[in-house]
Amino acid sequence: MSAQLAAYSTSTGEAFQFWVLGTVAVLGALSTVFMKRAVHSALSLAGTMIVLAVFYLANGAYFLGIVQIVVYTGAIMMLFLFVVMLVGVTAADSLKETIKGQRWLALLCGVGFGVLLLAGIANASLKDFEGIGQANANGNVEGLAALIFTKYVFAFEITGALLITAAVGAMVLTHRERTERAKTQRELSEERVRAGKHVPPLPAPGVYARHNAVDVAGLLPDGTPSELTVSKTLRDRGQVRDVSAEALSDLRALEQRAEERLERTEIDSAPFKRTEEASK
Amino acid sequence: MNPVNYLYLAALLFTIGATGVLIRRNAIVVFMCIELMLNACNLAFVTFSRMHGNLDGQVIAFFTMVVAAAEVVVGLAIIVSLFRSRHSASVDDASLMKL
Repeated sequence: MSAQLAAYSTSTGEAFQFWVLGTVAVLGALSTVFMKRAVHSALSLAGTMIVLAVFYLANGAYFLGIVQIVVYTGAIMMLFLFVVMLVGVTAADSLKETIKGQRWLALLCGVGFGVLLLAGIANASLKDFEGIGQANANGNVEGLAALIFTKYVFAFEITGALLITAAVGAMVLTHRERTERAKTQRELSEERVRAGKHVPPLPAPGVYARHNAVDVAGLLPDGTPSELTVSKTLRDRGQVRDVSAEALSDLRALEQRAEERLERTEIDSAPFKRTEEASK
Repeated sequence: MNPVNYLYLAALLFTIGATGVLIRRNAIVVFMCIELMLNACNLAFVTFSRMHGNLDGQVIAFFTMVVAAAEVVVGLAIIVSLFRSRHSASVDDASLMKL
């Protein structure tokens, strides 16, 4: 980075890079907000962060550019993806508004805020750019280190405490203490027999229905689905597919067809002619 | 091109993130929008560092990154434990204190 950066305007190459990658960054940010699935949001946010890393490098912040890629796209976004896998896939984002008109109001607020912010920047007198060349003369990392370990050393120490607290907090929040020993299979079966309810293994899903997928409940002899046949996880997620109505409607259609056919043979196809005329 | 454009981009990204926090109800996506806002701030810091010709802005951006990492760890842990207790990551469902 030479003293050229001190000029009020940047090189053409940087301008081109800014306009191309800036568009990508804004598109990525927009799709972070408007993508329906959390996974897609996370991926577009990762793209935006990579573009920002390139901008840091272009602005002479070499250390931050690399840290941005390593910490943000490498660690934080992967953590997000892990949590999305743990949580988000089942928790479909319902698009129904709970507060009426909230979305439009929020959009209005956003646009107003953006206009205020951009107008504020446009009004500020940001005329002279010193350029980072002078400060980076002895190397960016060395310059940063000199600042962090002298002027900002207290903040740096506190940062260490913050990181340790965060790590401990995350472990406390997600860790569940097992207070008693896990029951063995024998104990579980003895308990089942003693309680006297449902001693044999649980029935398989879909055996009495026409489907044999795991999410289809088996039908009891009277045609109602049996909750017992579907695994508890699927029941909790509300992903049990009920096909009993389907089977009944199939049966009804079959009966109706049979009746029609019987009628036709009995009453000499009088309604049949009428339908033919109607179709003409 | 004037380097002020970086500031405009940062403002735009911050606005998009803030709008996302208001619009979305999936806690994870809300959290991602907060990350977007933090990143936009960092871009502004780096640009100001270049503008003033010293490295203080970059140091602040570095601290922001550290704080953001700590925040993500705790926030995601909260989301996971919230999901465990109420089987939903929607911020509307956590309304136990509502009258």
